[in-house]
Amino acid sequence: MSPVSRRTFLAAAGGTALVLGVVPGFRRLRVLTGEAAEIEREAGRLNAFVSIDASGKVTLVTHRAEMGQGAYSVVPQMLAEELEVDYATVEIVVAEGDSARYGSQITGGSSTVRGSLTQLLVAGATARDLLVRAAAQRWGVPPAECRAERGTVVHPASTRRAGYGELVADAARLEPAPKVPLKPRARYTVIGKSLPRRDLPAKVNGSAVFGLDFRLPGMQFAVVERSPRFVGRVKRFDATASLKVPGVTKVVKVERDVFGHRREGVAVVATNTWAAIQGRRALEVEWDDGDAPAVDTETLYARMREAVRSPGNHFRSQGAASVALERATDVLDVTYETPYQAHACMEPLNCVAHVTADSAEIWGPIQGPDWVRGHLADALGLPLEKVRVHMTFLGGGFGRKAFTDWTHEAAMVSKAVGGPVQVVWTREDDLTQGPFRPGMVYRCRGAVANGRVLAFEGTMAGQNMNAQEPGSDPRAFNRDVVEGIHEGWFDAIGHWRFGDAPLEAPIPVMWWRSVYSSTNAFAYESFVDELAAKAGVDPFTFRRRHLRDARVTALLDRLAQVSGWDGRAKGQGYGLALTHCFGSSAGHVVKVRRAGSGVAIERVWSVIDCGLAVNPDGVKAQVEGSVVMALAAACTHEMTFAGGVAAKRNFDAYRLPLLRDVPPIEVHVLESEHPPGGAGEPGLPGVAPALCNAIADLAGTRIRRLPFDLARI
Amino acid sequence: MPTTLTVNGRRVRVDAAPDTPLLWVLRDALGMTGTKYGCGIAQCGACTVHLDGAPVRSCALPLSAVGNGAVTTIEVLHQDRRGKALQEAWIAHQVPQCGYCQSGFLMAATDLLARTPVPTDADMDAALTNLCRCGTQPRMKAAIREAASRLHDAAGRREP
Ligand code: FES
Ligand code: FES
Repeated sequence: MSPVSRRTFLAAAGGTALVLGVVPGFRRLRVLTGEAAEIEREAGRLNAFVSIDASGKVTLVTHRAEMGQGAYSVVPQMLAEELEVDYATVEIVVAEGDSARYGSQITGGSSTVRGSLTQLLVAGATARDLLVRAAAQRWGVPPAECRAERGTVVHPASTRRAGYGELVADAARLEPAPKVPLKPRARYTVIGKSLPRRDLPAKVNGSAVFGLDFRLPGMQFAVVERSPRFVGRVKRFDATASLKVPGVTKVVKVERDVFGHRREGVAVVATNTWAAIQGRRALEVEWDDGDAPAVDTETLYARMREAVRSPGNHFRSQGAASVALERATDVLDVTYETPYQAHACMEPLNCVAHVTADSAEIWGPIQGPDWVRGHLADALGLPLEKVRVHMTFLGGGFGRKAFTDWTHEAAMVSKAVGGPVQVVWTREDDLTQGPFRPGMVYRCRGAVANGRVLAFEGTMAGQNMNAQEPGSDPRAFNRDVVEGIHEGWFDAIGHWRFGDAPLEAPIPVMWWRSVYSSTNAFAYESFVDELAAKAGVDPFTFRRRHLRDARVTALLDRLAQVSGWDGRAKGQGYGLALTHCFGSSAGHVVKVRRAGSGVAIERVWSVIDCGLAVNPDGVKAQVEGSVVMALAAACTHEMTFAGGVAAKRNFDAYRLPLLRDVPPIEVHVLESEHPPGGAGEPGLPGVAPALCNAIADLAGTRIRRLPFDLARI
Repeated sequence: MPTTLTVNGRRVRVDAAPDTPLLWVLRDALGMTGTKYGCGIAQCGACTVHLDGAPVRSCALPLSAVGNGAVTTIEVLHQDRRGKALQEAWIAHQVPQCGYCQSGFLMAATDLLARTPVPTDADMDAALTNLCRCGTQPRMKAAIREAASRLHDAAGRREP
């Protein structure tokens, strides 16, 4: 959500509270007085995102999901800076899905901080200014002689003080200043501090309510048998045996919409989850797969390997890469492959739906409540205001919980049952139904001259996540073919060309933490290393030579320093990678050593430049998590397909790293004057290439296909 | 069919089929949702509880096998001095991210400290075979070490 395109709106509610909101479409600040309900009517769509009541309690409506990134702390932290209150006392209310009020609510694209910092600073400053002026007026002193601190306005000269609560009624009668100057960075006292997360006490004692923990009176539980292939319709089903399972109350055909395609299933509803699972085991369903191709991993990759042999459908280029490569004497021409991946959030998909004849309500681990709301209103033929969507804590999201298929399906089940139902996806459902991160094949061609890249050609083959809806063209150019690459490369190389050879397949694919960067970076940053080796130049020096921007240089310097790069000898097992996505740059050095017939990862050093880090420890945690997730995707798991079916059904086959597999990870967050970038995703893409570059350094073995087994190098 | 079992020191009656895994008895019949479902096949540890003081993966433990055993869950972990020390260290080190796996990890870590008051890294690697998708593992070892040393100091104070 972009703060610049919206207007800050201030209103005073009935003398009992000060309410600040952002309303799309307002051209300037306005004040409304009266009762809250009246203001709401007058303003039409008042978004009361901050309010202070007569007791001084500050309430903040957050429209972003808490999925592990610390939103419930970092959002009040941003407000507290200018409002001068203790971030820990700000009460958080989680917004319902409502795009008219909040704009896009999607928690994705690493947007929690960068999407709302300015808004929260302005809101805090505007409210504080009103409160200070109200106090000054009461005391008959100039506002400049007063200041706000910890929810109180003080007048040091006379030692008078008044809590915000006492001032709210007067403040509400004042005209808000059109533009309150914001603090310079140097005077921040809250932003930039590693304040503890407020949701953690509930996350160490079992009391945090995730979607799967949400309960309604009279709620039943359901699981759904879905076509194991991605396109099946229910031909017939026999529920006789299911209905004999004690606890099973209903068996009903349902559907869900997956990127505009209708998918069917049979729901088994019961008084508890286990009975539903047992009832489903007893169910007989016959599927009609139509003439869908029964894809398998080998044929998909064979097609992609073939596709990258031709130059691709579309491309973005500069200079004349193919001419330069034709003339070059020593061309490096290699192929990299990355696997399909499931999101595998620890909390499998689930939600509670309660649909009645004229309303629908959903509670669950939802990344995009506004999308869910709009989609449900359409699917159920209800007016938008009759659909309410509530976000619980998310037990991981990583992109999967941004979609609307599973909430749709749950609504269908509830409608059929005529009461509240929790639809639970088993781990098997969660892993095998997708959408997946698409598998990719990259062909990279390049040549070096005088210690620099002369020409670089990259062709990517894979399914296009951006074109799956019916009517969209799956062969349309996928501009994300360069996502993750540091922009500096485009200026530094005379001849380059990045092309896209889309693969058409019936497998639903979608955003997976850091999206295309998560696979692009493996190919391109491995290839840069291979080119550096060809040029006979140290990998750090090689990157520094091409990327002259001061921010990148600072990042590379810091990374070299913390990892001890300059003191190392070649062949000791150090590898480097550098990427940029979602507004932030990250560099990693991985150190490996020999261990039996394979290698072990000794340590990972990561440096991130995410601009202003509102909560540096929160950024660190996000990078640590990204490193672990990237190592898992490189070394322990992949999704494969056989006969049109996803073949890895649970964690015994789709293996996640154990504590012993996780190496020490040292994260450094650069201090920066720049506006905030993302933190949740940029730390992921560079890990796999840094690891493979380290292995090449140690063992001379170049790994060009993920995942691979560390124990066999 | 009604069965009586002991959960967190209380005798409770539940009406559930004997093959129902303890996990679903806790979550659906007793409404104790701190114990999580992650895989259902004893792979992830999200469902870890203690049975007579030893960690078990409750998704793979049928109600009929619980018998008279004492079941202890995350909801009362703070009553155990080791559990409490770990919860505090978990917060001090800001371990959880999404938090979904953490109940299980804490139950497993509490058992580790009961058996091995000052665990080495290798002890932790061997004892904690739970899964975390958010990648909170890097902070866990330091948190366990801190809890262990606080417990050690406290024990020292009690017996000078
Ligand atoms: S749910 Fe029991 S081990 Fe995963
Ligand atoms: S904290 Fe999210 S799975 Fe462990």
